Amino acid sequence: METLHPKARRDPFGSKINRAHSPLLAIGLPWLTIMLGSLTPWLPIIAPAPILPPFGFMLLLAWRLLRPGLLPLWAGLPLGFFDDLYSGQPLGSGILLFSLVLMAIELIEARFPWRNFWHDWLTASAILGPYLVVAALLSGAALTFVQLTMILPQLVISIVVFPVLARLVARLDRLRLMRFRRIG
Amino acid sequence: MGLFTAYVVAGLGALFGAALLIISLVRPETFNGLRSMAADAASPAGEAGAAGRTESQGFFEAIAGYYRAGSRNAELEREMEVARVRLAEAQALKQENERLKAVLGLTHGETRPVAVARLIGSTSASARRIGYISAGRADGVRPGMPVTSPMGLVGRVLETGSRSARVLLLTDSESMVPVRRASDNLVAFAEGRSDGSLRLRLVTLGTNPIKRGDVFVTSGSGGLFRPGIAVGVAMEITRDGAIAQVLSNPAATDFVTVEPIWQREGYEAVRSPPRSDTPEE
Repeated sequence: METLHPKARRDPFGSKINRAHSPLLAIGLPWLTIMLGSLTPWLPIIAPAPILPPFGFMLLLAWRLLRPGLLPLWAGLPLGFFDDLYSGQPLGSGILLFSLVLMAIELIEARFPWRNFWHDWLTASAILGPYLVVAALLSGAALTFVQLTMILPQLVISIVVFPVLARLVARLDRLRLMRFRRIG
Repeated sequence: MGLFTAYVVAGLGALFGAALLIISLVRPETFNGLRSMAADAASPAGEAGAAGRTESQGFFEAIAGYYRAGSRNAELEREMEVARVRLAEAQALKQENERLKAVLGLTHGETRPVAVARLIGSTSASARRIGYISAGRADGVRPGMPVTSPMGLVGRVLETGSRSARVLLLTDSESMVPVRRASDNLVAFAEGRSDGSLRLRLVTLGTNPIKRGDVFVTSGSGGLFRPGIAVGVAMEITRDGAIAQVLSNPAATDFVTVEPIWQREGYEAVRSPPRSDTPEE
């Protein structure tokens, strides 16, 4: 009898026979990673000024841009709430901004349905700028010109770091679709 | 779920967020309980990370000192030398003060720390400057208590969970500390600028006698902070005061001490909600 190539029943996500995706991982991993990103304030960095990028928000962007439809449109409510608990922003600012951004991306994608690396990066950058400014305005801190210029370095770091995060999310997406569950 | 329904739900979510935001901006203390619970839940992980921070201090300082890299570094080092000398001078004055008080027979209650805790983390991505420490209500920490390090004042406790507390750092723009010049009684207010420095505003207007390198310590007015804790060193003279560098840089701080409120009666008499303790301009 003709033997099949040993790789014939496999793809990058594992064996195609007898295995299936784990729903927990396939649905839960984006939520988990975004929430881990929101825990940035617990990193052992005591910053004298806002210098770290908003990792939770950027992971949300990266997941949303990589896999449209994976996160529901209302995901901003729970994820923003979780972010607010730790970010130091007044409660509600994350909920508001995350929800608005998810809707904005939905509208952007209805208008520009193409996607490539540059397009995603541009979208993310165009969203990160207003996000950081509005978040600073809503933070309840007494803002002067000095404080607003301090957002600039943070914005530059965020924009530069975004492709790295997008790459990380792409890796996590492969993990997400691994067939771990054994059937039969 | 159809696209329309999804938009409606997301829109409602956004409105809900906006409502919460307005509530928490108008009454910032409303959701303290929620946040404290969340902080308690995450603090063990943060504490483990903080333990490793001391060893990797150099690396993190490089990140934190991002703004003042290169040319300003040498300048800062020189300022630090000056600051140390001035601190020693302040120390000498304090000792003399102590001695004179002893001569007069005044009792000076030794402040016994409430708790010693690790500085776990800070809101490094937000415009607010809030830190987390690893001691809470169970250790006797209460809102309002000053947090100090051996180098000087770090901030004050904002909210307490049972095992962790949120600390309003000196550099937060909502933080305002009454200070005086260590060498004389020139009084000023030290406001945070949320970029790692403080803005000193003189109480008396007129000529500005502050010079670069002047060290400022807490004055004790208001009753919250005991007098004589080092706060900052003036770096840059402005029209109505100076821009000061914080002496106890939280990034270089590992353990902090939570002290009791200095004069509880005095503090409670002038106490007002955190958002309105800024004098009207």
